[in-house]
Amino acid sequence: MKFIRNILDSVKPHVQKGGKFQAFHSMYDAADTLFFVPDVVTTKGSHIRDGVDMKRAMFIVVIALVPALLFGMWNVGFTHFASIGEEAEIFTAFWYGFLKVLPIILVSYGVGLGIEIAFAQSRGHEVNEGFFVSGMLIPLIVPVTTPLWMVAVAVAFAVIFGKEVFGGTGMNIVNPALMTRAVLFFAYPSAMSGDKVWISESADAISGATPLAELTAGNGSGLSLFEMLVGNYAGSVGETSVIAIGIGAFILLFTGVANWKIMTSFFVGGFAMAVILHSFAGSFPDNSYLELCPWEHILIGGFAFGGVFMITDPVTATQTETGKWIYGFLGGFIAILVRVLNPAYPEGVMLAILFVNIFAPTIDFYVVDANIKKRLKRAKVSA
Amino acid sequence: MAANEREPLFSPKNLKLITNPINVDNPITKQVLGICSALAVTVKLEPAIVMSISVLAVMAFGNLIISLMRNGIPSRIRIIVQLVVIAALVILVDQVLKAYAYDVSKQLSVFVGLIITNCIIMGRFEAFAMANKPWPSFLDGLGNAFGYAWILIAVAFFRELFGSGALMGYQIIPDSFYDMGYVNNGLVILPPMALFAVAAIIWVQRSRNKELIED
Repeated sequence: MKFIRNILDSVKPHVQKGGKFQAFHSMYDAADTLFFVPDVVTTKGSHIRDGVDMKRAMFIVVIALVPALLFGMWNVGFTHFASIGEEAEIFTAFWYGFLKVLPIILVSYGVGLGIEIAFAQSRGHEVNEGFFVSGMLIPLIVPVTTPLWMVAVAVAFAVIFGKEVFGGTGMNIVNPALMTRAVLFFAYPSAMSGDKVWISESADAISGATPLAELTAGNGSGLSLFEMLVGNYAGSVGETSVIAIGIGAFILLFTGVANWKIMTSFFVGGFAMAVILHSFAGSFPDNSYLELCPWEHILIGGFAFGGVFMITDPVTATQTETGKWIYGFLGGFIAILVRVLNPAYPEGVMLAILFVNIFAPTIDFYVVDANIKKRLKRAKVSA
Repeated sequence: MAANEREPLFSPKNLKLITNPINVDNPITKQVLGICSALAVTVKLEPAIVMSISVLAVMAFGNLIISLMRNGIPSRIRIIVQLVVIAALVILVDQVLKAYAYDVSKQLSVFVGLIITNCIIMGRFEAFAMANKPWPSFLDGLGNAFGYAWILIAVAFFRELFGSGALMGYQIIPDSFYDMGYVNNGLVILPPMALFAVAAIIWVQRSRNKELIED
């Protein structure tokens, strides 16, 4: 660490005000605070609640994403070799997937951080870690075959219009990672859906449809319970493995970075909707999606990933405690509703979460409002 | 002499009537009116240009006519009088388009008729033509129509270029790009994208001109 400190100290005079490379001040600042705890302290009275700052919280989320990422890389290799009819060693498959996923990660971080730094510089803000998590989430929620320039365009659009126009990290209304996916989904639908995009370099004759697409088409998901849990099937890079996501969920809940109320109510909401829809299975034989067991809804597709990593984003979620229950529940509820009843969208998690993101401030408003009314009533009775 | 008392036709004050709405008092970006047609007709450049010309004709001559009649209009029924004037002009425009630019007229379909409800036109009648002399009113109509037109054309330029890879129907982005894997952006074709484009113009305009920023 001494070595890094020395490098940073030697660069410092050049990037401070009046230095030659003043323009790169925020970049230096970002690197400095990344490695060392800043020695700046509050000058007025402060309210210390915890030693965890945004940087640590963000890193915990990135660490929680690692199991899903590693599994996703292996799965990219596994589905590829399976589609061309070969058996591959675990490491061969992983290496293949690693080389496919790494460019997406690099592009996502490169474009996103570039824009963040440019905006921070022009506004005189510090560069903050807002994009660390988004940049890691994006590769996990897109198909592995997404062309890199599309990723770059979508990231740029989402970061500028989803985040920077509202004032940067902490001000955004919708989740930037999901917004990136939504942009990709609507701008380049052919690269984001269908049965050709989910498996890297698959043989032409192989249908690489996701289980959800198969269900929409009227076939069964074709997966055993074991496969659903492990997640070795076609899908977005990080969304398939419930076990890997579960490890991430454990890390997030154990450290308290993600809110357990939102996470729980999201799954409860999804399950409730699935049960309701499942009870109609007999009346509408045309929609084979209705026949899927309620608990299988939770296990396949992006539901688990969305519930653990997406809806729990503290910036876009509700802030009131009651609001968190409502918010999570609505998210899960709508996700399954879209999934089953709208044939145009085999998966509804992305749209549902973006939708409740927009509703979060309204939910908070009414929760606070109800509380005020309740207390006013009490005051009148005693008077 | 009487001639000296008359204001010159293009006095600085009158010129402002044209230049202000193009920039700082733009009907779309500042007053945020006429958004509906900005969403609907800006997928391609050609309909946007035709729409702009139509609005220009209706707005300039409508302002002129209303201004000429302004002292004779009973204020209680002024809105309906204004509507009659707009409707008459829109029907004229519509018939001209059908006669001379049938294809575009079909593309614009109902939106030419909907110029009647374009809030900018009613707004200018109420706010300006009812209280000003004919010549300034005519200029004001021209200015606001230009302000409306350039936004419409800018948005349509962006949307047609990225959404269809073409301008005025001619392919601009070469085939070699498509062979290399370039794909037209489907999001740009969708109506919400016009709002993003208008928002971006508003953003640029306000960051260049701090006076426009409200608290």
